[in-house]
Amino acid sequence: MLRAFRCDLHIHTCLSPCADLDMYPRALIEKSITEKLDVIAVCDHNASENVEYLLSLAKGKPITVLPGMEVSSLEEVHVLALFDDLSNLIKLQATVYDHLPGKNREDIFGPQVIVNDRDEVEGMNERLLIGATDLPINNIINVIHVLGGLAVASHIDRPSYSILSQLGFIDPQTPFDALEISAATGIKQARRQYPELSAHAFIKSSDAHSIRDIGRGFSTMILQKVSIRELKLAFEKRDGRRIVEGE
Amino acid sequence: MNLETIVRLLDLKVFSGLDKLKTEVLDGYTGDLLSDVMANSKEGDIWMTRQVHQNIIAVASLKDHAGIILVHGAEPAKDTLEKAMKENIPVMGTNLSGFELAGRIYNILKGKKDNAAVDL
Repeated sequence: MLRAFRCDLHIHTCLSPCADLDMYPRALIEKSITEKLDVIAVCDHNASENVEYLLSLAKGKPITVLPGMEVSSLEEVHVLALFDDLSNLIKLQATVYDHLPGKNREDIFGPQVIVNDRDEVEGMNERLLIGATDLPINNIINVIHVLGGLAVASHIDRPSYSILSQLGFIDPQTPFDALEISAATGIKQARRQYPELSAHAFIKSSDAHSIRDIGRGFSTMILQKVSIRELKLAFEKRDGRRIVEGE
Repeated sequence: MNLETIVRLLDLKVFSGLDKLKTEVLDGYTGDLLSDVMANSKEGDIWMTRQVHQNIIAVASLKDHAGIILVHGAEPAKDTLEKAMKENIPVMGTNLSGFELAGRIYNILKGKKDNAAVDL
Protein backbone atom coordinates (compact mmCIF):
# COMPACT_ATOMS: atom_id res chain seq x y z
CA MET A 1 0.00 0.00 0.00
CA LEU A 2 1.23 3.45 -0.84
CA ARG A 3 1.50 6.02 1.92
CA ALA A 4 3.23 9.30 2.74
CA PHE A 5 6.74 9.29 4.23
CA ARG A 6 8.46 12.38 5.63
CA CYS A 7 12.00 12.14 4.27
CA ASP A 8 15.02 14.26 5.13
CA LEU A 9 17.75 12.86 2.92
CA HIS A 10 20.57 15.17 4.04
CA ILE A 11 21.63 15.34 7.68
CA HIS A 12 25.19 15.72 8.99
CA THR A 13 26.61 14.30 12.22
CA CYS A 14 29.41 15.52 14.48
CA LEU A 15 31.77 13.71 12.09
CA SER A 16 31.48 16.66 9.71
CA PRO A 17 33.93 19.35 10.86
CA CYS A 18 31.36 22.10 10.29
CA ALA A 19 28.56 20.36 12.28
CA ASP A 20 27.82 20.89 15.96
CA LEU A 21 29.20 18.44 18.51
CA ASP A 22 25.69 17.78 19.77
CA MET A 23 24.93 16.01 16.47
CA TYR A 24 25.94 12.63 17.90
CA PRO A 25 24.00 9.58 16.71
CA ARG A 26 21.53 9.15 19.59
CA ALA A 27 20.64 12.85 19.74
CA LEU A 28 20.15 12.94 16.00
CA ILE A 29 17.81 9.91 16.01
CA GLU A 30 15.79 11.23 18.95
CA LYS A 31 15.28 14.66 17.40
CA SER A 32 14.34 13.11 14.05
CA ILE A 33 11.67 10.99 15.74
CA THR A 34 10.39 14.03 17.67
CA GLU A 35 10.07 15.84 14.34
CA LYS A 36 8.05 12.87 13.02
CA LEU A 37 10.49 12.14 10.23
CA ASP A 38 10.03 8.65 8.77
CA VAL A 39 13.29 8.51 6.82
CA ILE A 40 16.63 10.23 7.26
CA ALA A 41 19.80 9.87 5.24
CA VAL A 42 23.01 10.57 7.11
CA CYS A 43 25.44 12.33 4.79
CA ASP A 44 28.71 13.55 6.27
CA HIS A 45 31.31 15.30 4.15
CA ASN A 46 33.37 12.61 2.38
CA ALA A 47 33.02 10.28 5.38
CA SER A 48 30.65 7.74 6.93
CA GLU A 49 32.08 6.32 10.18
CA ASN A 50 29.01 7.30 12.24
CA VAL A 51 26.49 5.64 9.91
CA GLU A 52 26.76 2.15 11.44
CA TYR A 53 25.85 3.54 14.88
CA LEU A 54 22.85 5.38 13.51
CA LEU A 55 21.68 2.19 11.82
CA SER A 56 21.98 0.28 15.06
CA LEU A 57 20.17 3.00 17.07
CA ALA A 58 17.31 3.11 14.57
CA LYS A 59 16.53 -0.59 15.01
CA GLY A 60 13.09 -1.08 16.52
CA LYS A 61 12.34 2.63 16.33
CA PRO A 62 9.78 4.33 14.07
CA ILE A 63 12.45 5.69 11.74
CA THR A 64 14.55 4.40 8.86
CA VAL A 65 18.15 5.48 8.37
CA LEU A 66 19.62 5.35 4.88
CA PRO A 67 23.42 5.10 4.66
CA GLY A 68 24.75 8.12 2.77
CA MET A 69 27.61 10.50 2.16
CA GLU A 70 28.03 14.02 0.77
CA VAL A 71 30.96 13.71 -1.62
CA SER A 72 32.94 16.71 -2.91
CA SER A 73 34.03 16.43 -6.52
CA LEU A 74 37.08 17.80 -8.30
CA GLU A 75 34.96 20.75 -9.41
CA GLU A 76 33.94 21.25 -5.75
CA VAL A 77 30.38 20.20 -6.51
CA HIS A 78 28.68 18.47 -3.57
CA VAL A 79 26.67 15.34 -4.35
CA LEU A 80 24.68 13.11 -2.00
CA ALA A 81 25.16 9.37 -2.35
CA LEU A 82 22.30 7.29 -0.91
CA PHE A 83 22.28 3.51 -0.45
CA ASP A 84 20.20 0.65 0.94
CA ASP A 85 23.17 -1.14 2.45
CA LEU A 86 26.12 -0.04 4.50
CA SER A 87 28.34 -2.40 2.48
CA ASN A 88 27.92 -0.33 -0.67
CA LEU A 89 28.55 2.89 1.21
CA ILE A 90 31.78 1.37 2.55
CA LYS A 91 32.85 0.61 -1.02
CA LEU A 92 32.21 4.20 -2.04
CA GLN A 93 34.11 5.30 1.05
CA ALA A 94 37.21 3.38 -0.05
CA THR A 95 37.16 5.13 -3.42
CA VAL A 96 36.63 8.54 -1.81
CA TYR A 97 39.51 8.08 0.65
CA ASP A 98 41.80 6.99 -2.20
CA HIS A 99 41.12 10.36 -3.82
CA LEU A 100 40.92 12.73 -0.84
CA PRO A 101 44.19 14.48 -0.02
CA GLY A 102 45.14 16.31 3.16
CA LYS A 103 44.85 16.15 6.93
CA ASN A 104 42.31 18.01 9.07
CA ARG A 105 43.30 21.01 11.15
CA GLU A 106 40.84 20.90 14.01
CA ASP A 107 41.68 24.44 15.13
CA ILE A 108 40.71 25.78 11.72
CA PHE A 109 37.98 23.50 10.37
CA GLY A 110 36.58 21.86 13.51
CA PRO A 111 36.66 18.40 15.11
CA GLN A 112 35.59 15.27 13.20
CA VAL A 113 34.23 13.04 15.93
CA ILE A 114 33.26 9.41 15.64
CA VAL A 115 30.63 8.68 18.31
CA ASN A 116 29.15 5.21 18.86
CA ASP A 117 25.62 4.10 19.78
CA ARG A 118 26.44 4.37 23.50
CA ASP A 119 27.38 8.07 23.19
CA GLU A 120 31.09 7.27 23.55
CA VAL A 121 33.78 8.90 21.47
CA GLU A 122 35.37 6.20 19.34
CA GLY A 123 37.98 8.51 17.90
CA MET A 124 38.64 11.28 15.44
CA ASN A 125 38.75 11.14 11.67
CA GLU A 126 42.11 12.68 10.77
CA ARG A 127 41.48 13.29 7.08
CA LEU A 128 40.70 16.66 5.51
CA LEU A 129 36.98 15.96 5.18
CA ILE A 130 36.17 19.58 4.33
CA GLY A 131 38.37 19.24 1.23
CA ALA A 132 37.50 17.96 -2.22
CA THR A 133 38.32 14.69 -3.91
CA ASP A 134 40.17 14.72 -7.23
CA LEU A 135 37.30 12.79 -8.86
CA PRO A 136 35.26 14.51 -11.60
CA ILE A 137 31.55 14.78 -10.73
CA ASN A 138 30.53 12.44 -13.56
CA ASN A 139 32.89 9.74 -12.27
CA ILE A 140 31.44 10.02 -8.77
CA ILE A 141 27.88 9.69 -10.08
CA ASN A 142 28.98 6.68 -12.09
CA VAL A 143 30.52 4.97 -9.05
CA ILE A 144 27.36 5.66 -7.00
CA HIS A 145 25.20 4.13 -9.72
CA VAL A 146 27.45 1.10 -10.16
CA LEU A 147 27.07 0.47 -6.41
CA GLY A 148 23.29 0.64 -6.72
CA GLY A 149 22.91 4.04 -5.08
CA LEU A 150 21.21 7.31 -5.91
CA ALA A 151 23.07 10.53 -6.70
CA VAL A 152 21.40 13.77 -5.64
CA ALA A 153 22.93 17.18 -6.41
CA SER A 154 23.26 19.05 -3.09
CA HIS A 155 21.54 22.38 -2.48
CA ILE A 156 21.48 23.55 -6.11
CA ASP A 157 20.12 26.95 -5.05
CA ARG A 158 23.11 27.78 -2.87
CA PRO A 159 25.89 30.09 -4.11
CA SER A 160 28.68 27.73 -3.09
CA TYR A 161 29.57 24.08 -3.70
CA SER A 162 26.50 23.44 -5.84
CA ILE A 163 26.38 22.11 -9.38
CA LEU A 164 24.99 25.45 -10.59
CA SER A 165 27.52 27.65 -8.77
CA GLN A 166 30.50 25.54 -9.83
CA LEU A 167 29.51 24.38 -13.31
CA GLY A 168 26.90 26.92 -14.36
CA PHE A 169 24.23 24.51 -15.53
CA ILE A 170 23.36 20.81 -15.54
CA ASP A 171 24.26 19.12 -18.76
CA PRO A 172 22.41 15.94 -19.73
CA GLN A 173 25.57 13.85 -19.39
CA THR A 174 25.55 14.47 -15.65
CA PRO A 175 22.79 12.03 -14.66
CA PHE A 176 21.68 13.12 -11.20
CA ASP A 177 18.69 11.16 -9.91
CA ALA A 178 17.32 14.25 -8.18
CA LEU A 179 18.26 17.80 -7.26
CA GLU A 180 18.15 19.04 -3.69
CA ILE A 181 16.63 22.39 -2.79
CA SER A 182 17.51 24.16 0.45
CA ALA A 183 14.86 24.48 3.14
CA ALA A 184 15.04 28.28 2.90
CA THR A 185 14.09 28.26 -0.77
CA GLY A 186 11.63 25.38 -0.94
CA ILE A 187 10.46 23.45 -3.94
CA LYS A 188 7.67 25.80 -5.00
CA GLN A 189 10.00 28.78 -5.34
CA ALA A 190 12.70 26.62 -6.93
CA ARG A 191 10.26 25.50 -9.63
CA ARG A 192 9.69 29.16 -10.51
CA GLN A 193 13.39 29.96 -10.29
CA TYR A 194 14.62 27.08 -12.46
CA PRO A 195 12.13 26.42 -15.28
CA GLU A 196 14.95 24.88 -17.34
CA LEU A 197 15.21 22.10 -14.75
CA SER A 198 11.55 21.09 -14.97
CA ALA A 199 12.44 17.55 -16.08
CA HIS A 200 14.37 16.90 -12.84
CA ALA A 201 12.99 15.66 -9.54
CA PHE A 202 13.36 18.21 -6.73
CA ILE A 203 13.65 17.22 -3.09
CA LYS A 204 13.85 19.49 -0.06
CA SER A 205 16.12 18.58 2.85
CA SER A 206 17.43 20.22 5.98
CA ASP A 207 21.20 19.85 5.40
CA ALA A 208 21.15 19.96 9.20
CA HIS A 209 24.44 20.81 10.90
CA SER A 210 22.86 21.32 14.33
CA ILE A 211 20.05 19.63 16.26
CA ARG A 212 17.69 22.58 15.87
CA ASP A 213 17.95 22.32 12.06
CA ILE A 214 16.40 18.83 12.06
CA GLY A 215 12.78 19.06 10.94
CA ARG A 216 13.24 22.38 9.17
CA GLY A 217 13.42 20.79 5.74
CA PHE A 218 12.07 17.49 4.41
CA SER A 219 10.13 16.13 1.48
CA THR A 220 6.94 14.15 1.76
CA MET A 221 7.11 11.22 -0.60
CA ILE A 222 4.46 8.72 -1.58
CA LEU A 223 6.11 5.30 -1.37
CA GLN A 224 5.18 1.71 -0.63
CA LYS A 225 8.15 1.25 1.69
CA VAL A 226 11.55 2.77 2.26
CA SER A 227 14.16 1.64 -0.23
CA ILE A 228 16.44 3.07 -2.87
CA ARG A 229 14.24 1.46 -5.51
CA GLU A 230 11.13 3.14 -4.13
CA LEU A 231 12.88 6.52 -3.93
CA LYS A 232 13.99 6.16 -7.53
CA LEU A 233 10.41 5.42 -8.58
CA ALA A 234 9.26 8.54 -6.71
CA PHE A 235 11.99 10.65 -8.38
CA GLU A 236 10.74 9.34 -11.74
CA LYS A 237 7.03 9.69 -10.80
CA ARG A 238 6.33 6.06 -11.66
CA ASP A 239 3.84 3.47 -10.38
CA GLY A 240 2.08 5.98 -8.16
CA ARG A 241 5.26 6.92 -6.31
CA ARG A 242 5.96 10.64 -6.20
CA ILE A 243 7.32 13.59 -4.31
CA VAL A 244 4.61 15.85 -2.91
CA GLU A 245 5.47 19.35 -4.13
CA GLY A 246 2.45 21.33 -3.09
CA GLU A 247 3.64 22.16 0.42
CA MET B 1 45.63 41.75 -30.34
CA ASN B 2 44.74 38.28 -31.56
CA LEU B 3 45.04 34.90 -29.91
CA GLU B 4 47.97 33.89 -32.04
CA THR B 5 50.09 36.75 -30.66
CA ILE B 6 49.22 35.83 -27.09
CA VAL B 7 49.98 32.16 -27.76
CA ARG B 8 53.37 33.17 -29.18
CA LEU B 9 54.27 35.70 -26.46
CA LEU B 10 53.35 33.37 -23.61
CA ASP B 11 54.35 30.12 -25.30
CA LEU B 12 50.92 28.60 -24.70
CA LYS B 13 50.06 25.02 -25.56
CA VAL B 14 47.13 24.86 -27.98
CA PHE B 15 44.73 21.94 -27.35
CA SER B 16 41.99 22.88 -29.83
CA GLY B 17 40.80 25.59 -32.22
CA LEU B 18 44.11 25.99 -34.07
CA ASP B 19 42.34 27.52 -37.05
CA LYS B 20 40.68 30.17 -34.87
CA LEU B 21 43.82 31.80 -33.53
CA LYS B 22 43.20 34.96 -35.59
CA THR B 23 40.30 35.71 -33.25
CA GLU B 24 40.61 39.15 -31.69
CA VAL B 25 41.02 39.27 -27.91
CA LEU B 26 39.18 42.27 -26.48
CA ASP B 27 39.64 41.75 -22.74
CA GLY B 28 40.29 39.08 -20.14
CA TYR B 29 38.34 37.30 -17.39
CA THR B 30 39.46 34.99 -14.60
CA GLY B 31 37.15 32.65 -12.72
CA ASP B 32 36.54 29.03 -11.75
CA LEU B 33 32.89 29.37 -10.80
CA LEU B 34 31.02 28.93 -14.04
CA SER B 35 27.94 30.67 -12.67
CA ASP B 36 30.08 33.77 -12.12
CA VAL B 37 31.75 33.53 -15.53
CA MET B 38 28.36 33.19 -17.22
CA ALA B 39 27.06 36.22 -15.36
CA ASN B 40 30.00 38.58 -15.67
CA SER B 41 32.35 37.79 -18.55
CA LYS B 42 31.97 39.44 -21.96
CA GLU B 43 32.21 38.67 -25.64
CA GLY B 44 35.82 38.64 -26.85
CA ASP B 45 37.26 37.86 -23.41
CA ILE B 46 40.13 35.46 -23.04
CA TRP B 47 38.99 33.32 -20.09
CA MET B 48 41.61 31.99 -17.66
CA THR B 49 40.50 29.12 -15.44
CA ARG B 50 41.52 25.99 -13.56
CA GLN B 51 38.15 24.35 -14.25
CA VAL B 52 38.46 21.53 -16.83
CA HIS B 53 34.90 20.13 -16.84
CA GLN B 54 33.25 20.03 -20.25
CA ASN B 55 30.78 22.75 -19.26
CA ILE B 56 33.57 25.30 -19.82
CA ILE B 57 33.18 24.79 -23.58
CA ALA B 58 29.48 25.59 -23.48
CA VAL B 59 30.13 28.68 -21.35
CA ALA B 60 32.86 29.95 -23.71
CA SER B 61 30.58 29.30 -26.66
CA LEU B 62 27.57 30.97 -25.04
CA LYS B 63 29.58 34.06 -24.07
CA ASP B 64 31.51 34.25 -27.37
CA HIS B 65 34.85 34.19 -25.60
CA ALA B 66 37.96 34.48 -27.76
CA GLY B 67 39.24 31.32 -26.05
CA ILE B 68 40.02 29.54 -22.81
CA ILE B 69 43.42 29.23 -21.15
CA LEU B 70 43.83 26.47 -18.55
CA VAL B 71 46.29 27.52 -15.86
CA HIS B 72 48.86 25.76 -13.73
CA GLY B 73 49.48 22.86 -16.09
CA ALA B 74 45.81 21.78 -16.20
CA GLU B 75 44.72 19.84 -19.26
CA PRO B 76 41.19 19.51 -20.62
CA ALA B 77 39.31 16.36 -19.58
CA LYS B 78 38.77 13.93 -22.47
CA ASP B 79 35.13 14.85 -23.06
CA THR B 80 36.02 18.53 -22.69
CA LEU B 81 38.60 18.26 -25.46
CA GLU B 82 36.18 16.36 -27.70
CA LYS B 83 33.55 19.04 -27.21
CA ALA B 84 36.10 21.82 -27.79
CA MET B 85 37.10 20.24 -31.09
CA LYS B 86 33.49 19.68 -32.14
CA GLU B 87 32.50 23.27 -31.34
CA ASN B 88 35.86 24.63 -32.49
CA ILE B 89 36.60 26.60 -29.33
CA PRO B 90 40.26 27.47 -28.79
CA VAL B 91 41.48 25.84 -25.58
CA MET B 92 45.05 26.59 -24.56
CA GLY B 93 47.22 25.74 -21.60
CA THR B 94 50.11 27.12 -19.59
CA ASN B 95 52.23 26.10 -16.61
CA LEU B 96 51.90 29.63 -15.25
CA SER B 97 49.67 30.18 -12.21
CA GLY B 98 46.41 32.06 -12.71
CA PHE B 99 47.95 35.11 -11.05
CA GLU B 100 51.03 35.12 -13.29
CA LEU B 101 49.03 34.50 -16.43
CA ALA B 102 46.44 37.17 -15.71
CA GLY B 103 49.21 39.67 -14.96
CA ARG B 104 51.00 38.99 -18.21
CA ILE B 105 47.85 39.08 -20.30
CA TYR B 106 46.81 42.30 -18.61
CA ASN B 107 50.11 43.83 -19.63
CA ILE B 108 49.80 42.54 -23.18
CA LEU B 109 46.27 43.85 -23.63
CA LYS B 110 46.79 47.11 -21.80
CA GLY B 111 49.96 47.95 -23.67
CA LYS B 112 52.89 47.22 -21.37
CA LYS B 113 54.36 44.76 -23.77
CA ASP B 114 57.85 44.91 -22.22
CA ASN B 115 56.74 42.89 -19.23
CA ALA B 116 54.68 40.44 -21.17
CA ALA B 117 57.11 38.08 -22.82
CA VAL B 118 57.91 34.84 -21.12
CA ASP B 119 61.35 35.03 -19.61
CA LEU B 120 61.68 31.37 -18.73
